[in-house]
Amino acid sequence: MENIEELKKSLTAEINQAGDMKALEEIRVAVLGKKGRITEMMKGLGALPPEQKIETGKSLNLLKGEIEQVLTERKSVLEAKELNDKLAKEIVDVTLPVRPENQGRIHPVSQIYEEVVAIFGQMGFSVAEGPDIEDQFHNFNALNMPANHPARQMQDTFYIPNPDSADFDDSYVVRTHTSPVQIRTMEKKELPIRIIAPGRTYRSDYDATHTPMFHQVEGLVIDKNITMAHLKGCLYDFVKAFFELDDVPVRYRPSYFPFTEPSAEMDIGCLKTKTELKIGAGTDWLEILGCGMVHPKVLEAGGIDPNEYQGFAFGVGIDRLAMLKYGIPDLRTFFESDVRWLKHYGFVPLDSASMTGGLSNNGGAAR
Amino acid sequence: MKFTLSWLKEHLDTKASVDEIAEMLTKIGLEVEEVINPAAALKDFITARVETYERHPDSDHLGLLCVNTGMEKLQVVCGAPNCKQGLVGIFAQVGVTIPCYNEKLKVGKIRGVESFGMMCSEKELGIGEDHNGIIELPADTPIGVSAAQVLNIDPVFEISITPNRAECLGVRGVARDLAAAGLGTLKPLNVKKIAGSFKSPVTVSIEAKEACPTYVGRYIKGVNNKAETPKWMKDRLCAIGLRSISPLVDVTNYINYDMARPLHVFDADKLKGNITVRMAKDGEKFVSLEEKEYALDGQSLGICDDEGVQCLGGIMGGAEKGCCEETKNVFLECALFAPDCIARTGRKFQIDSDSRYRYERWVDPKSNILGSDYATQLITEICGGEVSEIEIAGCEDCAERVAYLRPERIKSLIGLEVSKEKIVDILNKLGFVTSEENGKIKAVSPTWRGDIEGEHDLVEEVVRMIGLDEIPAESLPHDKFPSQTLTPVQRRNVTVKHELAARGMLETVTWSFTDSKVAQMFRKAGQEAVLLFNPIASDLDEMRPSVLPNLLLAVKNNIAKGYGNVSLFEVGPQFFGRKPKEQALAAGGVRCGMTSKKVWTGDERAYDVFDAKADAIAAIAAANGPWENAQVFRDAPEYYHPGRSGSLRLGKNVLAYFGEIHPAVTKKLGIKPRVMAFEVFLDNIPEPRAVQGKARKKLELYQFQPLDKDLAFVMNKDVKASDVIAAAKNADRVHITDVRIFDVYEGENLPEGKKSLALSVTFQPIENTFTDKDIEGLMNKVIDEVKKKTGGELRA
Repeated sequence: MENIEELKKSLTAEINQAGDMKALEEIRVAVLGKKGRITEMMKGLGALPPEQKIETGKSLNLLKGEIEQVLTERKSVLEAKELNDKLAKEIVDVTLPVRPENQGRIHPVSQIYEEVVAIFGQMGFSVAEGPDIEDQFHNFNALNMPANHPARQMQDTFYIPNPDSADFDDSYVVRTHTSPVQIRTMEKKELPIRIIAPGRTYRSDYDATHTPMFHQVEGLVIDKNITMAHLKGCLYDFVKAFFELDDVPVRYRPSYFPFTEPSAEMDIGCLKTKTELKIGAGTDWLEILGCGMVHPKVLEAGGIDPNEYQGFAFGVGIDRLAMLKYGIPDLRTFFESDVRWLKHYGFVPLDSASMTGGLSNNGGAAR
Repeated sequence: MKFTLSWLKEHLDTKASVDEIAEMLTKIGLEVEEVINPAAALKDFITARVETYERHPDSDHLGLLCVNTGMEKLQVVCGAPNCKQGLVGIFAQVGVTIPCYNEKLKVGKIRGVESFGMMCSEKELGIGEDHNGIIELPADTPIGVSAAQVLNIDPVFEISITPNRAECLGVRGVARDLAAAGLGTLKPLNVKKIAGSFKSPVTVSIEAKEACPTYVGRYIKGVNNKAETPKWMKDRLCAIGLRSISPLVDVTNYINYDMARPLHVFDADKLKGNITVRMAKDGEKFVSLEEKEYALDGQSLGICDDEGVQCLGGIMGGAEKGCCEETKNVFLECALFAPDCIARTGRKFQIDSDSRYRYERWVDPKSNILGSDYATQLITEICGGEVSEIEIAGCEDCAERVAYLRPERIKSLIGLEVSKEKIVDILNKLGFVTSEENGKIKAVSPTWRGDIEGEHDLVEEVVRMIGLDEIPAESLPHDKFPSQTLTPVQRRNVTVKHELAARGMLETVTWSFTDSKVAQMFRKAGQEAVLLFNPIASDLDEMRPSVLPNLLLAVKNNIAKGYGNVSLFEVGPQFFGRKPKEQALAAGGVRCGMTSKKVWTGDERAYDVFDAKADAIAAIAAANGPWENAQVFRDAPEYYHPGRSGSLRLGKNVLAYFGEIHPAVTKKLGIKPRVMAFEVFLDNIPEPRAVQGKARKKLELYQFQPLDKDLAFVMNKDVKASDVIAAAKNADRVHITDVRIFDVYEGENLPEGKKSLALSVTFQPIENTFTDKDIEGLMNKVIDEVKKKTGGELRA
């Protein structure tokens, strides 16, 4: 029995010295293979006397099991080593940059559209639309601006000749404001009314602060008991939500629009320095929108009885809101399609304005 | 509208400061645009006395001064002709900024003599036009005190006047409004009734009574128009940006701004015969004082003598019969013209003038005789002369303008309770004559107000005076849970934008106008150009027939800036007719250049038509459109590459065009690289039917693994891949769940005119796993169907 113990020792040592899987396999074959040492020893059992046969057989079986165990352990050690060696050769420079992906952008005008819709949606408004090319009835006359009204000259209008009439007063116009949507909404005769109408507007004016096309959002609320107090409340709620501030100082100045009376302009408090404009603080005022109680003549033109219904309307520049909120300095750049500008001032595709999820920058960081 | 503080105080007795006045103006609707207070720029200037004056050693027109500032005595070189010993003036020390030059004063060296400061003129200080000499203050003026304290500085207000407040185009109107708001009291107007000493040799007759209800004329003989306009008047005119021309012109300008009362003065010696106010004849000639010639029409009002139209009534005087320095005898016109007539004529001939501006808004119909008296008074004070009786045609009586106000209407419209007494008080202060009638306040408008038509106007007056800030703010009532803000169509247009941005494109917004020369390539055959009558620029003269021209121009501009890899899209209108609603909403996009710059992975590639097709499909899908049902046709418009473009259609309904832009088009636009583009017509995408509801179709999960098999076919080159895919899919609509094309080959080893398409077909076992026989059967079905539908043979 002495020699089995020794054999075990020497085989174990030999196995644990095997440097790779090949050497280990060679040892296994040499020990446990068909002609392996232990196999041969087991074959030799038959020649032994019976009492010795049982004893030796037991020892050999035990030895075989133990050697198999050693082989398995060594195998897993060698496999791990082999894998490590392989992986060590597979190293890459993970500081290399990733494959380029082009993350697109949403234009600030679309972003503001979504923000404005989210805020007024919360107040029960729906979104109305109207055509960019208008007839003079909807763009002017119905809004209490008859042909020679001086207010028409305040709006440098683009005209499109009417193919069916040589009379200039029958020309079509490219709408100078979103206000014609007020009339188109009233004409549907679905009262009460609570709509906003965002869209493109056009005036023949091009300088640092004017572009021949710009964007407005019109608001119209008509019901039996809507007062100027509601106008103030609604617009105050809007500016606070829009600028994402707890409070914004506001001021109203009497003004004049042919289609509202009383008319007012709304200013918000701000701080102007040479380098920045901070909304909500400071001693300066910034004009932000025009508004007023809908003129009885406008209600009549829209087919609504001004003795029964009343309400308010307002109009605000979408591009201007974008400039103020997001610090975009020049209106003209909105329409230049410069990819550097679009990438810088645009919003990531997952940004999605909502009152519950936040108005802005909720789509993660730009890439 | 501009005026100065002293001018305002001519009409308003007030102790209010400049800031208080400015604040109140804005509060009552006369928005202050700017207040220029020259005192602010003068804080560093001081009074000083010229102690000694001697000739500059090297000049015969310069003086060498010793100036005493009260603190020190300085050597100064001065060239002013009125400089003399003992003169007290305004002194600028070295380092002070001179308003007129906006530069800091340095130590000067004039003809070898150093000068340590400057004695200033009015012009240099920005407080007047006088630059003939330095300012001379009374000799007893203390020296060393701030200039602002001793100079008569007159701050200038600039306010914007809304079209309804014509009376505030005169300083008196502004003063009256401020007085009504409680900022002082309105002073009585200092105009005396003037009785003439003779009958006017020029008479007036009005033929056009509607366009000119009243004409008050007056003859003044023996005036001296070479007389100097008084300094106070010159200063005020200068302060509001008007040049002093001659006393006669200055007086009319002054009264125009003082009383919002336009006037005209003829040189009576140049008039031939009497004045007739009549409509011009068609084509009648008129030469304005700006020496422009106009051919008038029958709707223009002329002030005429025997030789024709001498003044375009209420708009502009003529060149021929106006006043000049030598004028001796004048005929003064103070008339009323109908706003509509003035506005029409002014607009038609595009003549802007202060007079037109006022007449087309409102001029007090009762101010003709008053205006005439006022002008006569000023003219005779300055130029002398003998005054005729007034020559009046038409009459000054005008209909009373009455409006009624229910006192409770303020609360019901504005949400603020105002007592009847307060309302009446406000209206009275504004010049309304009020009385009570059946519980309503009857308000007769003052004649200077032309804008009061009804109750809402009176409400506005009351609110204006109380202040809008007094109205409480009240959130809108919520009587129901808000419904969806955007319609499904509006919402999907938003989603399309986000989808395209998510695909790596930058959203842009371009003009709805474009260049007709470019647009012409994008119009359909027979489609008319929607041209603007008055475009702002010749290359923005057409309402775009497609969103692509502007996007292509944007690509060009970006390439020019060094950014050649461009992916842009825009969602906006395109126009197919000039009437309202002849427009469609399109999502258009362009891709140019490479997917990225060179990169170590080698992943960069040029954009191709399949990027544009993928964009179009993605946009349709984002709009909830049935993109899988859309068929591809080779019928994109001519501005696309004939071989690399297509349409996505549902029958006749075109959902999109996509493809490479025709190289001839890009060449014409000056774009060298190829550009891929798509247009998705959002209005054409059908809305999902509402009856479908929101529940999803039941999900079928098969327990057996699907099996992919590859098959290659050889067929004619012109066979459409989409037909091959459709044929393969139709071979067994139950078990074939997907068909993909993984190789397209033309060329060597294939007969001329043939191509090979390799298909990967997914077979889905449903009830049992497939046997070899099942698979063979399915593959044969595919082979047979492809052959039947496309002529494609299995490739050996």
